[in-house]
Amino acid sequence: MARQVAFTLRHELVGLGGVVERNWYLVKRYVWWELAFFVWTVANTLTIVFIAKGLRAGGAPVNVDRLTTVLLIGAVIWAYLGIIFEVLTETVAWERWEGTIEYTFMAPLSRPVHLFGMGFFAVCYGVVRAGLLFGVVAGLFGLSLPDANLAGAIVVLAVASVSFLGIGMMTAVLPLVSPEKGTQLGFVAQGVLLVVSGVYYPVSVLPGWMQWLSTISPATYALRGIRAAILDGAGLGTLWGDVWPLLAIGAAAIPLGLETFRRGERYAKRHGKLKRSG
Amino acid sequence: MTAVRPDRTRVPAVEVRELRKEFRRRVKTDGRFARKRRLPALNGVTFTIERGECVAILGRNGSGKSTLIRLLSTLLLHDSGTALVFGHDPFTSTRAVRRLVNRVSVEASFFKRMSAEENLAYASRFYGLTHGETDELIPDILARVGFPAERRGEPMENLSRGMQQKVALARALLTSPVLLLLDEPTTGLDPRSKLEVQEFIKDVRAEHDATILLCTHDLAEAAALADRVGILDRGELVCLEPVESLLRRYDASTLEAAFFAATGEALGAEDDEREVFD
Repeated sequence: MARQVAFTLRHELVGLGGVVERNWYLVKRYVWWELAFFVWTVANTLTIVFIAKGLRAGGAPVNVDRLTTVLLIGAVIWAYLGIIFEVLTETVAWERWEGTIEYTFMAPLSRPVHLFGMGFFAVCYGVVRAGLLFGVVAGLFGLSLPDANLAGAIVVLAVASVSFLGIGMMTAVLPLVSPEKGTQLGFVAQGVLLVVSGVYYPVSVLPGWMQWLSTISPATYALRGIRAAILDGAGLGTLWGDVWPLLAIGAAAIPLGLETFRRGERYAKRHGKLKRSG
Repeated sequence: MTAVRPDRTRVPAVEVRELRKEFRRRVKTDGRFARKRRLPALNGVTFTIERGECVAILGRNGSGKSTLIRLLSTLLLHDSGTALVFGHDPFTSTRAVRRLVNRVSVEASFFKRMSAEENLAYASRFYGLTHGETDELIPDILARVGFPAERRGEPMENLSRGMQQKVALARALLTSPVLLLLDEPTTGLDPRSKLEVQEFIKDVRAEHDATILLCTHDLAEAAALADRVGILDRGELVCLEPVESLLRRYDASTLEAAFFAATGEALGAEDDEREVFD
């Protein structure tokens, strides 16, 4: 029995490594796309971050450095969340595009491990991309951030990533259920999540029903915690107020994400959608 | 992988009883706005394949061949009937079946920017094979299928269809499947590549003691490779027996004549209404 468990565990770990390995090969093979996409993300972030200087030029009494950092954190989290959702959605969408979906889904790799492999890669890749984005734009604006508690910000991001992965798993199944519209629905979910979470503004300016939604969005706590850590140097004691809701949402989101994907896969197998042409 | 394999000497490789699979499809002749109808892709199919046997299923496009393959490879759920692969139910014991089965389809299906080596490497991880195990195995298998060593690192998109299909065979063999499902593996190949693939299938069967289910509409291929040949027509298995017996039954001198006698149609004809099932 113990030998069987060890065998299965080893098999699953090797499979998880295979998922990461495949994504790494793809990054290497599409390196120019990666570079172009990164430049586009930097440009997109700059259009948002320059708003702070624009307001000052228009006569508004704002602390430019502080507002620039607030906007930059919003843009970086938007980019990070986009990467997590994109990579997880590729669990189905890219596989279908390449025609490999049937081979991957008939391999003896458990679906949770498959999804965790995609998630693990997404977090590693997302952290590198988001870190580079933050560094490049902060450098361009000469932001010094003397009080920043970067370790605290990373802890908040790490805990928030668990919730993001759970929600990403729920959206990843959409292209399986609806081959034509599934990927776009994933973008809708990402946009809605950030709109209600105070990505570039305080949650308090939102209408009441949106404020209620913000309380169940992990991005709300991630943005607030990371801003507190970077702008005010908040320690873990202060950040706990944002970390514990993230832990609670993550504890619910992962099982919910896995179950949603399981049901979606079953639906696809019942209706013949688990194939390259949908 | 051998630790979880069943005692394959006691059970048939494949045992299918009254297997039925329906899909909801809009029928062209009903008009654009007509409601979808439930149409049987497979209708009460029953057969057994013994261990080590090679069985070919002939059928026109839309006859249900690919549906049968996808049911046995755990990519579809059935509506009624039973199927067992070495004693395991492909609809409930998916993991056990997936360890025993691999397939080669009409489309080679790879990540096209990745090389043959990279595609085989990540795919083998899903079956629990580590880098240490595949470092020598992948070059060996690619050499066996006649793939030139100097092209192992080239992106798949640079390779001919014949070359890609050889890599698909290598991918299936890499995992040592005891049941190999071949879905029109030589369709679209030039005569030389077709012959090479067929020779390789014969070698695999002789050396690996693999059981083979070959779905094709190539009569010569079926006659050359299979111990028994079946005819699938509109989702129903009309017959399954050795070629000589089939010719006697339909009083025909060729397989083509036997197919026509059994179905009332030539093998090259397409069933437009049912084409969606393949």
